[in-house]
Amino acid sequence: MCRHEPARGQAVTDLLFARSQMAMSLAFHIIFAVIGMGMPVLMVIAEYRWLRTRAEVWLDLAQRWAKGTAVLFAVGAASGTVLSFELGLLWPAFMDVAGGIIGMPFSLEGFAFFTEAIFLGLYLYGWKRLTPRMHWLSGVMVALSGLASAVFVLTANAWMNAPTGFDIVDGRITNIDPVAAMLNPASLQQVIHMTLAAYVATGFAVAGVHAFFLLRNRSSMFHRRALAAALLLGAACTPLQILSGDRIAKLTARIQPAKFAAMEAHYRTEAGAPLTLGGVPDDEAMETRWAIRIPGALSILAHGSADATVTGLEDIPRDEWPPTAIVHWSFDIMVACGFTLLVLSAWAASSAWRRRALPDHPWLLRALVAASPLGFIAIEAGWIVTEVGRQPWIIYGVMRTADAVTPMPGLVVPFTTFTLLYLLLAVILVLVLSRQFIETSPAPAAGSTTPSPPAESSR
Amino acid sequence: MTYEQVIALAMLVSLVLYGLSAGADFGGGVWDLLARGPRAHAQRQAIERAIAPIWEANHVWLILVIVLMFTAFPPAFGAIMTALHIPMTLVLIGIVLRASAFVIRKYDVRSDALHRRWSLLFGVSSLLTPFFLGLSLGALGSGEIRVIDGTVTSGFFAGWTRPFAASVGIFAQALFAFLAATYLTADAETDAGLRDDFRARALASGIALAPAAALVFMLSRAGATVIFEGLTEWWAPLLLAATSSCAIGALLALWLRRYALARLAAAGQVALILIGWGLAQYPHILVPDLTFQNTATAPRTLRFLIQALTGGAILLLPCFVLLYRVFKGSRAGRGYQPGD
Repeated sequence: MCRHEPARGQAVTDLLFARSQMAMSLAFHIIFAVIGMGMPVLMVIAEYRWLRTRAEVWLDLAQRWAKGTAVLFAVGAASGTVLSFELGLLWPAFMDVAGGIIGMPFSLEGFAFFTEAIFLGLYLYGWKRLTPRMHWLSGVMVALSGLASAVFVLTANAWMNAPTGFDIVDGRITNIDPVAAMLNPASLQQVIHMTLAAYVATGFAVAGVHAFFLLRNRSSMFHRRALAAALLLGAACTPLQILSGDRIAKLTARIQPAKFAAMEAHYRTEAGAPLTLGGVPDDEAMETRWAIRIPGALSILAHGSADATVTGLEDIPRDEWPPTAIVHWSFDIMVACGFTLLVLSAWAASSAWRRRALPDHPWLLRALVAASPLGFIAIEAGWIVTEVGRQPWIIYGVMRTADAVTPMPGLVVPFTTFTLLYLLLAVILVLVLSRQFIETSPAPAAGSTTPSPPAESSR
Repeated sequence: MTYEQVIALAMLVSLVLYGLSAGADFGGGVWDLLARGPRAHAQRQAIERAIAPIWEANHVWLILVIVLMFTAFPPAFGAIMTALHIPMTLVLIGIVLRASAFVIRKYDVRSDALHRRWSLLFGVSSLLTPFFLGLSLGALGSGEIRVIDGTVTSGFFAGWTRPFAASVGIFAQALFAFLAATYLTADAETDAGLRDDFRARALASGIALAPAAALVFMLSRAGATVIFEGLTEWWAPLLLAATSSCAIGALLALWLRRYALARLAAAGQVALILIGWGLAQYPHILVPDLTFQNTATAPRTLRFLIQALTGGAILLLPCFVLLYRVFKGSRAGRGYQPGD
């Protein structure tokens, strides 16, 4: 393990910048990673409908979605590369310990990423060179390998929360078993929760975009089909995601009581614990002010019984507390987004059921537009919960984040550089994508730049 | 062969494949930057056509090198990323800018002024990224980065700020430019004028490689003694002979307009150079303190990794063949457009 003893104050500042750079890189990359998982599913649905019905509108939809995805996927690939280097650039001592244990899923992820990149190339540029069936299968391969990538990366992250597959003897790591490390107790729940999150977020984000255009022209077949496919994905996954959230909360209460207590701003260990919504956690006074409390609910949430005892932060050593307020608020934001989407899903589903048609009530469309970013907000908040909630540990109970950071001084420079770079990229991408979408959108009068205008798409 | 040798070999193979595929994509960006003459626009289009469907898959070879290193040789990864923090960060910025500029230029709605700006960014980052990659590879062999008891003691500027590392960076730029121009002559089948443009560029950069290589060799005597000594081993003359025949063969084939042959010889040349570097530096992963042996992780992990590599190779090979046949095969037509 490389330890280093620079001046104390400077080390604290550099640790903060290293954490900020990692957080910023992850927050940026996760958006593109999620789109890279979700969009291929939508493209595959649309192209499947085209193969079955030969209605041009579905082909048109798959192709337009593919165009936007191409840009976002490339940025995702580049920002993912940045992350794989940053593991060493920022946390060399962590990789020194963890590389041999969890490098394995990263290597497997490399292969999944290879498959994804190969078939994405075939999908994006092979419309005329592959048979329709082969082309569709390439899309399926992109969706499957995107899912596989996520599974492997989440396995590695889960290990940081529930480290298994090694022994520590006299302060040294021995008996490494990379398979046991991948099969750690947190893996399955994290994989399920994040996979569903990707589909929910993509589904509702895309639904919001098409709902926006439908509000202007409700008869556009193009946008109606698009909304149907996106809602199908988002609304079907949302209830499953709520169930998965319950499972992962119970798991966290069991294996990471400090994180769970911070999520719930729960200071006092007690039986029949109330659920704390919102409020301002005060670490000094060990209480959460101005919060809404639901009696007994936290005990049910954590252990499935209204009088179960829930560990509070008071039973965690003070130097092992995560920052309570950030974790608690992020958790509440995530849950609020999730339940809003659940209500929307129920609304859309019941309306579709009653009318046996696409739900296109103007108020539902407006709500979908407003809810468009909620899935992504929930994902960002959820990652803050899992990452900040694990602090001060980088490997839970094994290695502290402060002991893992690079001895490199002046980390403010790369942090600032990457922040500016990503901000700039984000602005440019929003401009480019909205311009692309508006200019190529098949509204009646729009000049289409695609060489093959869809036959009956817009009327 | 021991486990760590198998993985070291896999890393070298990945690096060679990265050089042969992504290296040429970088070189393509350089020729995009330098596109001129009456066919400048056609040159840019040919480059874009050649790169677009395959560059993301090509890029993954680098990620594979990195993940293999941190899985199998974790202390080496930590030390290298610490000592080379600055050039590696520059490589990353280059990778992000290049990828973004390329796709945004490709997909944004056309406007000439904007298009030129993205082109410039794409070209400049394609030119600089291989330089910093070469710089970092050169630094590994310099012997100036010291790691004592798992801690980097030579600071953050050792190795990569020396003339030897810079010469490797320049050599990498010239090599990739040469490789790209040679590939492009073979790609531009139906346009004789375009083909002549790339032929002239390939010949010029191929000839420029000779002094660049000589400079690297001369500077290695003082700047990378382990590599210099490696290049005087028994196998070195054989390798040197093979590399030179490839180099001369590529130039001759270009001169005689035997483009398929030129592509093969140029690829052979690049592969042999990287293999020679690997052999000269072996068994060091970071000269002089870290070797593949003294940084290898638990044998169990190495064994699983080799199994995963084998499985992955069996899975990936047919996919790669498919990708290249569809876009680079003899029947592959030209002028694809996404969505047509």
